[in-house]
Amino acid sequence: MSLSSTAILPASGETPAGNSLRWQTLARKGQGLIVPVILLIIWESVVRLGWVSAHLLPPPSELVFTLADLGQSGAIFGHIGVSSLRVVIGFSIGAGLALIVGAAVGLSRCVEALLDPTFQAIRAIPSLAWVPLLLLWLGIDESPKITLIAIGAFFPVYLNFVAGIQNVDRKLVEVGGIYGLTGAKLITRIFLPASLPNLFTGLRSGLSLAWMFLVAAELIAATKGLGYLLTDGRETGRADLVIVAIIVLALLGKLSDSLLCWLERRLLAWRDVFDSRPS
Amino acid sequence: MSQPLLALAVKAKDFQTHHVIDNVEFSIDQGQVVSLVGPSGCGKSTLLRIIAGLGSDYQGEVRVKGERPHLHSRDVGFIFQEPRLLPWLTVAENVGFDLGRAGGKHPRVHELLTEVGLADFANAYPKQLSGGMAQRAAIARGLFTQPALLLLDEPFSAVDAFTRMRLQDLLLSITSHHDTTLLMVTHDVNESAYLSDRVVVMASRPGRISGEIEIGLPRPRDRRNLQLTQRAADILNLLNGGQPDSLDFSENPEQSVGCREPLFISRFNFAH
Repeated sequence: MSLSSTAILPASGETPAGNSLRWQTLARKGQGLIVPVILLIIWESVVRLGWVSAHLLPPPSELVFTLADLGQSGAIFGHIGVSSLRVVIGFSIGAGLALIVGAAVGLSRCVEALLDPTFQAIRAIPSLAWVPLLLLWLGIDESPKITLIAIGAFFPVYLNFVAGIQNVDRKLVEVGGIYGLTGAKLITRIFLPASLPNLFTGLRSGLSLAWMFLVAAELIAATKGLGYLLTDGRETGRADLVIVAIIVLALLGKLSDSLLCWLERRLLAWRDVFDSRPS
Repeated sequence: MSQPLLALAVKAKDFQTHHVIDNVEFSIDQGQVVSLVGPSGCGKSTLLRIIAGLGSDYQGEVRVKGERPHLHSRDVGFIFQEPRLLPWLTVAENVGFDLGRAGGKHPRVHELLTEVGLADFANAYPKQLSGGMAQRAAIARGLFTQPALLLLDEPFSAVDAFTRMRLQDLLLSITSHHDTTLLMVTHDVNESAYLSDRVVVMASRPGRISGEIEIGLPRPRDRRNLQLTQRAADILNLLNGGQPDSLDFSENPEQSVGCREPLFISRFNFAH
């Protein structure tokens, strides 16, 4: 084998291999886009062809204009801001309370026997059943909405956190004991980190429920927010507004979940778990 | 020595209706390596837990450096059967756990990790360690508080035979370097003979001392040494309820006195 041919081999061999690898990753990432793009094309053509009324199902192109309009007037940002703020406040209150109550219930058999049956019963109440009561009690301004969101966020966080604490390895708790940890120190240094994986599962489902309860709250009594945009669209017969609000809600839900997911991956890098993501 | 490092006299310890320990008495002097050997259920782990301050409902008296055992004692360290590293902390943070969140940055952490050969893994998570490496990290953690007495509960029973031998030698060299006294519970007769100055043999139901074997061989020891094998056989005899017929020390005039100098020194001039 001559020197020149060995020198050429890697160079000529690498480029196609590297290219095909790049194409493969691109293709893999693009795979998820195939179905939505086809659906969008079908949607657009069905409306353009006049098979479905554009009044009931506005084509994607029109939705873009609606969104642009809302963006130009700044109205959409107002709605997004109000709704996001409600979710952030409601979720923080609900998750925060769940952390405190969950820690007490998880760590003390006595508190568990006292409180858990009640919480299990309250959990069984469908979310919308709260609405009339909250409106009666708290009026129609911000407080009933935030309370409803907090209720929604509370239960998944509470349930998962309690389960997490009760599953903490006794042997690790004993390590804490050997080092003289008791009370709050034992909680923050052993129980909290050990139950963090469960807590994150709870936080993520709590957050998605918070968005759900937000819409429930805003559909019924609101003058601003994405739920109000939905009602407004229905009352003025503008399906495009409704669909735009749905899309924005989906994006916000996904975005906030990704944020938690990112945080989870950072904080739980120590977990020794099966990772299906290609490395 | 005026007072032993550990003076233990447990008259009785009951677990529910069982009489777990009956009149167990022994003491350990500074610098000794003592093993507790016995069938399972003879209460040897219970004794360790009492000394560590993990259990206090017993009758009798236990004194570590003249003090009643209590949790978080500066004088007592504990190494479990499994490494029990906290999975959410790095290896360094585990070793320095005693100092709280910033414990991993303490200079002694690095020293200890170097001694157990894990300096390169200071920032790794426990999941990245093999079983033997994890147990080495656990040894470093046990020594971090610089305890006078280190308690070990079957520390090497979960690792393979080769790793076990390496860990045994590592333990001896490090603890003699730090002048730590060891009290170890083990099932392994050969391990107890190889490591210890004294082996306390226990019998079960109720847990009591059936005898004590003085190993009395200088270190470093050769695992194939016939006298060592004889001591192991003696321990086995005692365990089996046979007579401790070899408590006679005439066979080995050179006692282990002086062999608990820092091992790095004694290793090389033990011929004196």
